[in-house]
Amino acid sequence: MHYLSAHEIRDLLRKREVTAEEVTRKTLERINEVDSKVNAYLEVFEDAIEAAKEIDKKIAQGEDVKDLAGIPMAIKDNICMKGRKTTCASKILENFVSPYDATVVERLKDNGAVIVGRLNMDEFAMGSSTENSAFKKTRNPYDLERVPGGSSGGSAAAVAAGEAYYTLGSDTGGSIRQPASLCGVVGFKPTYGRVSRYGLVAFASSLDQIGPFTRDVEDAALVLNAICGKDNKDSTSVDVKVEDFTTYLNKSLKGVKVGLPKEYFGEGIDNGVKKELEKAIALLKDLDAEIKEINLPMSQYALAVYYILSSSEASSNLARFDGIRYGVRAKDFEDVVVLYVKSRSQGFGREVKRRIMLGTYALSSGYYDAYYKKALKVKTLIINEFKKAFEDVNLIISPTSPSVAFKFGEKADDPLKMYLSDICTVPVNIAGLPAVSIPAGLSDNLPVGLQIIGNYFKEGEIISLAHGIEKALSLNLRPNL
Amino acid sequence: MDFEAVIGLEIHAELSTKSKIFCSCTTEFGKDANTHCCPVCLGLPGALPVLNKSVVDFAIKAGLALNCKINKDTYMARKNYFYPDAPKNYQITQHETPLCSEGYIEIETDEGVKRIGIQRIHIEEDAGKALHEGENSLIDFNRSGVPLIEIVTNPDMRSPKEARMFFEKLRSILLYTEVSDCKMQEGSLRCDANVSVRPKGSTEFGVKTEIKNMNSFKALEKALEYEIERQINAIKKGERIVQETRRWDEARGQTIVMRSKEEAHDYRYFPEPDMVYLKLDDEWIEDIRKTMPELPDEKKKRYIEEFGLPEYDANIITTSKELAAFFEEAVNIGGNPKTISNWIMGEVLRILNDREMEITDVKFTAKDLVKLISLVEKGTISNTIAKKVFVDMFETGKDPEKIVEEKGLVQITDEAAIREIVNKVLDENPQSVTDFKNGKTKAVGFIVGQVMKASKGKANPQMVNKLVEEELLKR
Repeated sequence: MHYLSAHEIRDLLRKREVTAEEVTRKTLERINEVDSKVNAYLEVFEDAIEAAKEIDKKIAQGEDVKDLAGIPMAIKDNICMKGRKTTCASKILENFVSPYDATVVERLKDNGAVIVGRLNMDEFAMGSSTENSAFKKTRNPYDLERVPGGSSGGSAAAVAAGEAYYTLGSDTGGSIRQPASLCGVVGFKPTYGRVSRYGLVAFASSLDQIGPFTRDVEDAALVLNAICGKDNKDSTSVDVKVEDFTTYLNKSLKGVKVGLPKEYFGEGIDNGVKKELEKAIALLKDLDAEIKEINLPMSQYALAVYYILSSSEASSNLARFDGIRYGVRAKDFEDVVVLYVKSRSQGFGREVKRRIMLGTYALSSGYYDAYYKKALKVKTLIINEFKKAFEDVNLIISPTSPSVAFKFGEKADDPLKMYLSDICTVPVNIAGLPAVSIPAGLSDNLPVGLQIIGNYFKEGEIISLAHGIEKALSLNLRPNL
Repeated sequence: MDFEAVIGLEIHAELSTKSKIFCSCTTEFGKDANTHCCPVCLGLPGALPVLNKSVVDFAIKAGLALNCKINKDTYMARKNYFYPDAPKNYQITQHETPLCSEGYIEIETDEGVKRIGIQRIHIEEDAGKALHEGENSLIDFNRSGVPLIEIVTNPDMRSPKEARMFFEKLRSILLYTEVSDCKMQEGSLRCDANVSVRPKGSTEFGVKTEIKNMNSFKALEKALEYEIERQINAIKKGERIVQETRRWDEARGQTIVMRSKEEAHDYRYFPEPDMVYLKLDDEWIEDIRKTMPELPDEKKKRYIEEFGLPEYDANIITTSKELAAFFEEAVNIGGNPKTISNWIMGEVLRILNDREMEITDVKFTAKDLVKLISLVEKGTISNTIAKKVFVDMFETGKDPEKIVEEKGLVQITDEAAIREIVNKVLDENPQSVTDFKNGKTKAVGFIVGQVMKASKGKANPQMVNKLVEEELLKR
């Protein structure tokens, strides 16, 4: 039952073959059983049963419940939920309890979702392996010696290990798609502005976007239906009609133009990854999609742009964590400056400090034009290049991650090596485009992810292609736990 | 060597919007600490700012009133600095793109009308308030997120008096447009000054200092006087002026160093990524232009042309919107504008200044003032009595006619009755009569005074004068 999809659970609930309470209990049992190995959760909400019972009551009374009603899910620990801790896997927020719900949480609750816990992540979403969590190391369900990817490693691992039917994560430079790729699940980053960021603890405001981890593409469509849409509490959310994304399932791919950017298949991409992608692409040809090689040369600058823009914004966004109003305050300070210095020195981990320093530097007077302003200009070039590419093709396919899951510690001491994990995903955030990572196969028994990038607000087209590939591959990956 | 001062001002005014700039919390002043707060104005993790449209409306209104260009494409920026009363440790403000720019205000100096340039007006959020109680520091975030406009002038003022006149005029305009309540004691209008000195005739600027914490017009003038003298003395002694921020210490009557240039913050401004660009169209600006009230300068011109008021009177009456409204109401009821103006400029403003009150605080109405004036014009009471009736009217709010009637203040114009009093006074003051006969005409004044006193001020003064002379000559 743990490996059923959310839509399968929905059907069982509607046919009254199971109750939400049973499903939730089973999920809690499953967490109990495997999470000591996987370490996806930072906290499990045992009282989630109560929410499940409410849904059962509604179903028993014959009320129409929504697609996600009664289905256990969990959220990345940088999304605020009223009355629960939101720690961002950081010591500095270890004791922070949110007094309000993020808009996505509000929308999930309105949809009857049963939220069973908070998931581990890289501290403040900075990292690609979840090793930067201040609290625990999440393990890849396919190989417990390996990382689940990051920063939403807990969200990816929980879905892969059958510890939730779907989860939410956030993606600033690949933090949904890269762990989805490494854990063999579907991870969807919507267009920037599609999903409200209100209540998502900001890392880089202009890049952050919330999105789902699911077992299959259909579930991704269901979750997107629930969470997308304009929110008056987020000025950057966009008022674009939210279609029923499930109508994009089971579409013919005949004549769909798919671009393969040469630069995303070149140097630095493992052969095992390339091989699995090539197989998937070959299947696409059988489905009468038009495959076309394209060039995206500006993408090579995306990583540099990303580390300037995201670190600059982060240096300012994280300034509020100072031990004054909430969060952890250092002991023994003689004045307010020492209070700041000690609280922040003790509260933040190494990677977070590194990014704050990078960003502070890039914004300082005398350097602003050379770094921040220049990065903004290159960002515009990257956007224009994608826009141009989408004049010729409907969708773009690339690897999600240049390699399969790596071992703990393998890249932890070399920030540059770690940063390269996001080489294929970062350009998408810089441009604000939607993209998904879906499983493409296994290489050395480890999942390989395939990324599909769409034009602005074309999540539906992405779903059609992803669903087509998913059906053609019919992988049904499961870890041995 | 003669020196001249170069002064520029930076003024912060809290806007009178109902809710805060980025959330729906109320802007009400003086409530229990931390009761008007939400995740947004407390800067909680995950909370996001959404711009309050009326803040933009108010700022445009201020911009139009100050003759500014309204910039249709602007964006908010973050100003980064750590301070406990700043909940996000950055302030959301505007940097490269102020909402309004290139405006001016005209002031009346001794040398004539002078135009003071306004470089920019931008919108931003206020911070909370830190309170220090012994060992503890407490913060009240009720003020956090209250909308402000910052108005920056060009360095166009050359004396503390000009600076003060500018600031007074600005306040008056902001009050006219109801953009801000300008309550300096509540901190809703605050002023900082940049000041430097240079040899008279020089076109280069000297090294400037910034002065903070001037909480009244008087403080601004005094602080500038002190600082200019300090700088001139330093230069005369061969010392160098250091670019620094100084604080006006009202009690000591001195400016005191707060921080030097080296300690100045690098604010690391960058565009606020949580917000979108602010784009205005002509219609938006025109809609606001339609709501603009008559401003002090226009009103003044009209008073001079329509009512024939002297410029001086028109200037003073139009300083306050409420005073001008009072004046116009009185004129409309029916009265000589110049006489009404004389009363306002004289008795009304004198008593208001004495009691530190505003025209809106008084108990009597414009109608009462007109009645009082007509009592004098009809000869029912003398001017002297009218001033007494006015005080009574001010204290009690009673109808002046009633006061005159109740207190029996009607003027005595009966010649026989006055002559009787005159003769009584002459009988009682033989020395004055002798003095008069010896050519000391001063004695007349004394006798008149005594007669007025004896009549309790009610005798018609012209008749008293005439009769005293007549009776004296008879003796």
